[in-house]
Amino acid sequence: MRDLARDAKRLVGRLGSAEDEVRADGGEPVDTQGSGPIAALKRNLANQQFRESMPFWLPAFLLMALFVYGAIIWNFMLSLTDPVGLGSPDYSDLDFDMYVQAFTSDSFVNATVNTFVLLVAFTLVSLVLGLVVAILVDRNIRFENTFRTIYLLPMSLSFVVTAQFWLWMYNFDNGVVNLFLDVLPFVDKVRWFSNPELALPAVIFALIWQFSGYTMVVYLAGLRAIPTEHYEAARVDGASTFKMYWRVIVPQLKGSTISATVVLMVFALKAFDFLYALRGTYLPYKGTDILATLMMREAFSNGHFAYAAAIGIMLFVLALGVVAPYLTYQYRSGQL
Amino acid sequence: MSTETVTPEETDVGVDTERVALYAVLGGLVAFYLLPIETGLMTSLKADPFSSAPFLPPVEQFTTAKYARAFDALGHGFVNSFLLTIPATVLSALMGSMAAYGLTNVDWKGQVGILALFIAGIFIPYQAVLIPVSKFWGSIVPLETWFEPVWLLTPGIEQYHFNVLELIITHVAYGLPICTLLFRTFYLDLNDEMIEAARLDGASIARIYRRLILPLSGPMFAVVLIYQFTQIWNDVLFALVLVGSGDGAMVTVVLAQLGNNLSSVGIGLKMAGAFLTALPTLLVYIFFGEQFAEGIAT
Repeated sequence: MRDLARDAKRLVGRLGSAEDEVRADGGEPVDTQGSGPIAALKRNLANQQFRESMPFWLPAFLLMALFVYGAIIWNFMLSLTDPVGLGSPDYSDLDFDMYVQAFTSDSFVNATVNTFVLLVAFTLVSLVLGLVVAILVDRNIRFENTFRTIYLLPMSLSFVVTAQFWLWMYNFDNGVVNLFLDVLPFVDKVRWFSNPELALPAVIFALIWQFSGYTMVVYLAGLRAIPTEHYEAARVDGASTFKMYWRVIVPQLKGSTISATVVLMVFALKAFDFLYALRGTYLPYKGTDILATLMMREAFSNGHFAYAAAIGIMLFVLALGVVAPYLTYQYRSGQL
Repeated sequence: MSTETVTPEETDVGVDTERVALYAVLGGLVAFYLLPIETGLMTSLKADPFSSAPFLPPVEQFTTAKYARAFDALGHGFVNSFLLTIPATVLSALMGSMAAYGLTNVDWKGQVGILALFIAGIFIPYQAVLIPVSKFWGSIVPLETWFEPVWLLTPGIEQYHFNVLELIITHVAYGLPICTLLFRTFYLDLNDEMIEAARLDGASIARIYRRLILPLSGPMFAVVLIYQFTQIWNDVLFALVLVGSGDGAMVTVVLAQLGNNLSSVGIGLKMAGAFLTALPTLLVYIFFGEQFAEGIAT
């Protein structure tokens, strides 16, 4: 999303001059007195450019709008109905019962807590690790491309594939993680996935392995955008390398941090694929149930569609809570 | 700091040890990122995965039998995955390019709003739309029922092909937001004067796209095609809900179930299956790593 800001800035500039351009572009003279969406649509329809552009964006827009916005509205309506088992839901009797049921359910509360733990831990550690790796890669190293390619490699793999690898990594008898623990003094082998306390941290570690390469790429682009003089100025001031990065460089990476955070959180909300693939069932290992897995299990294993729809809507609100401030932030800072 | 900001000090002995430490850490990171993959590869080639440390190469235990078995199990899913991924990738890239052109290089009022709706679509969690989508294909537009005479009467066309078609359309719909955004950032950088000149020459919107924009879009098509190919091939969520297991199962869905009932014996099989499943995306990544990085970093 790095380019989003720049992109949006131009868009606003364009918006300001759009009205003039519409007429300057040779469209037929039109009535510009009216206001509101209907009048705007009328003006647009009178504009030949607009009419000719419709076959390009309209089919894509309609398809996308149907599947994204149509489906979310439908899902919201469904979440207000009452459970009906296999019959079709009754849309005439709408209430928030499913949401009440969710908030009073232990499994929902537990999944919510796990979701937040996953979101925060995964995002924070991925950011820090990605930043450190980016700084190392940025220090004029040889074979930079090779290192970068290797660090980003796990990201190109499917969650289903990486889940198989980590299942084996965490194997009790002959998994690499336990073999490593065995070498250390005073530490015993651990049953990672059958211990509810350890299963979630184990999953988070695997996800960090897969996605920290992504943060590295985002930060590396951010570092490359900082003018060389800033490094030199800090050096002239006699700052140590660590101080230079902490005081001078890291604050300038705010934009990279924000966009990486948003994308990582969206990835984390999609962790269903990984958890599903570990066991091949809708029921993940004990202690790793998140809202995404709970929703899928309630819908496609238990047939509780109204309840699952309510969980889906709450996931959507959660995502909105992350993305909306991001877009508003860009808007406020004059970039949108 | 891509230029020589640190080189003056590199002559120092102190800096040399710093460099050694730097490469040691970078090497350690290589081990960290590659170890799970390397371990999987070695294990997939051993007859007994418990015979030696999992990351050591197979010596007396070497076998390719696991791959033969995994290929038997996954072969059909492989075909299905290609049947899904190729058309869905091409369609979403093409439609995304067209949408971005209509919303970027043609000026009309209100395109900001339309574009905002596209961009917001990138971030939705699919769990919030999955039930309606499955109901949509199940009861409102049940392609497999509508086309029953087709798959009953046409040899080579099976019932599950229409599930795959549903999945193709679904992936195109949810891929469009990111494809449109990627193409838009590219089209914003195109030379406006060139397009304006073509317009003054009387070229229609469609002609400008075909003759001017499309031929220039090659690099961005590479990025978007690679991004979409990886995303759609790797997906398990939609594949699971809309097609599930059975004849039409995608390779990721088959892999998630592979060897689960075989306990420890299944581990080598799982690893071989994981490598076979990952092969197309790995090849794409190895040959087009640059474009992959560009796609995800935007």
